[in-house]
Amino acid sequence: MLGRQGEELAAGFVEETGQQVVDRNWRGPAGELDIVALEGATVVVSEVKTRRNPDYGHPFEAITPAKVTRLQIIARQWLRAHGLATAELRIDAIAVLDDGTGQPVIERLKAIG
Amino acid sequence: MGLGRTFAVALVGLDGYLVEVEADISQSLPAFVLLGLPDASLNEAKDRIKSAAKNAGIPLSRRKITVNLVPASLPKKGSGFDLSILIAALQASGDVRPSGRTVFLAELGLDGRLRPVRGVLPAVMAAVRHGCADVVVAGANAAEARLVPGARIRSFATLAEVLLDFGADPGQLLLPSGGQATAELQESVPPPALPEPDMADVAGQVEARTALEIAAAGGHHMVMVGPPGAGKTMLAERLPGILPDLPDHQAMEVTAIHSLSRTVGQLTQLIRRPPFESPHHSATGAAIVGGGSGVPRPGAVSRAHRGVLFLDEAPEFDRSVLDALRQPLESGSLVIHRASGSASYPARFQLVMAANPCPCGMSGGKGLECVCSPNQRRRYLGRLSRPLVDRIDLQLTMQRISLADIAAGDAAESSSKVAARVHAARAAQRERLARWGLDVNAEAGAALLKKELKPPRQATADLDRAMDLQVLTGRGYSRVLRVAWTVADLRGLPSPDRDCVGTALAFRQQVKAA
Repeated sequence: MLGRQGEELAAGFVEETGQQVVDRNWRGPAGELDIVALEGATVVVSEVKTRRNPDYGHPFEAITPAKVTRLQIIARQWLRAHGLATAELRIDAIAVLDDGTGQPVIERLKAIG
Repeated sequence: MGLGRTFAVALVGLDGYLVEVEADISQSLPAFVLLGLPDASLNEAKDRIKSAAKNAGIPLSRRKITVNLVPASLPKKGSGFDLSILIAALQASGDVRPSGRTVFLAELGLDGRLRPVRGVLPAVMAAVRHGCADVVVAGANAAEARLVPGARIRSFATLAEVLLDFGADPGQLLLPSGGQATAELQESVPPPALPEPDMADVAGQVEARTALEIAAAGGHHMVMVGPPGAGKTMLAERLPGILPDLPDHQAMEVTAIHSLSRTVGQLTQLIRRPPFESPHHSATGAAIVGGGSGVPRPGAVSRAHRGVLFLDEAPEFDRSVLDALRQPLESGSLVIHRASGSASYPARFQLVMAANPCPCGMSGGKGLECVCSPNQRRRYLGRLSRPLVDRIDLQLTMQRISLADIAAGDAAESSSKVAARVHAARAAQRERLARWGLDVNAEAGAALLKKELKPPRQATADLDRAMDLQVLTGRGYSRVLRVAWTVADLRGLPSPDRDCVGTALAFRQQVKAA
């Protein structure tokens, strides 16, 4: 389960960088959110992509504009489901490159949508 | 991470404009955006660049790359921007060092090879003119690019070598083995030039040979009317052979045009010999004057610049095509307009036309074999429009050669002998006409011929009588004088005498045009 491991690593990374994870793998009517965290008053939704190596393209390349639009819809649904409809929202992308030999490489792009 | 900046050249016709290529990398999801009026072929550059960079060992940044081609208003086309875009992108990601005002002109192969592009000569000329003497080109374009004086050319076979030169990490680069580079070199060996046909091959036709020599010496346009087999085509093909070599600046102009219209990578030296263009009579207007989609490309008249444009079976050409020749004949250049822009090309050519006297070609002399109706005969040459024929100084009718001519054929003079006389005549003209900024007698205007270049009265007696009898128009008078001056130059006379004028009059066997 490479994807699971990647999300686990990403959640740790998010905590380390000062965010407070409040939800994981939330499934809403339009799809799933990998990580939902709080950074101050801002709700940060992180989409995690994991690859063993970049031969099939960089993880970020798998996040298409359509995917970003869908993430925004799901994130709004999450906010409404938790009574936070007016909260500030940000969507980040996290790439995990884990070739299984040692240090996985984690990259983050903030505010992609 | 940041901004990268390189330079390239956009060609609009023969005019090159310096294009600044800016690349910016922003912290967003991977994307490649190309701004600044790129056409479809230029937009394909994105994918070529991605693959080439990867196969050279330094992949593009996995972020959003925005490339802007400045000025944005200038239409840009083709694949020549590949290398400059890639270098700018790699500068932005910090993989190579800034390149200053170096201009990059090459297309990229997916494997990271540098491929030659069209129009390198005019592009390098433009770069030098804009103060960018350092130019990087593909190996196959190197010889052509080096023709430009003042340019410092660096050529490479592969992208990896370029990147190495601009400070990329040698450990990352995938440098090619020796075999690839030599394959590139072999591609660019030009085919051997064919020898020019020689005047010695033409039997008889003394009059036409003289006319050809006068045409060559004075730069006069010429039309030959005669039956099939009289040797019209043979003679026309031998005109470039007796024309002098092109001086440096003209050779540069000619080579620049051919750099645009030839298969890429064929030019390795300046074109010194006057070009010869002989379009087929089915040619369209666009083929003759230039055209094509996007920014128009040069046509036959521009490829014949500083050389000879030969129209065989001239009446068979579309009338609109023939009339399109009038503007370049007058001004020596032409401007072609298309939806996406206009381009101006030089077109100072020597026009030689050949025509049969009638559709069946037999109506010359007594015309007993001719099967055409009188109406057909009258209409045939009438297809050559009056304004066009009016611009042609030398007009002659030819007969079939006889057995005696063939027997005497051994005595025919070779091109080199005729060329020597032409050369001397040209030198005399340059000396006389330099005051007015002219090169050859054909360029002398009517006003000049009536004043400063008016021959003595006794020399023009026959001409004046023809004028009195109204068999010669004012325009025709000037034409005869121009030719007479050339005849005098060929004979080494300071000004035309009565005999020179007589010879010139003989070459005004008026082609009946409507």
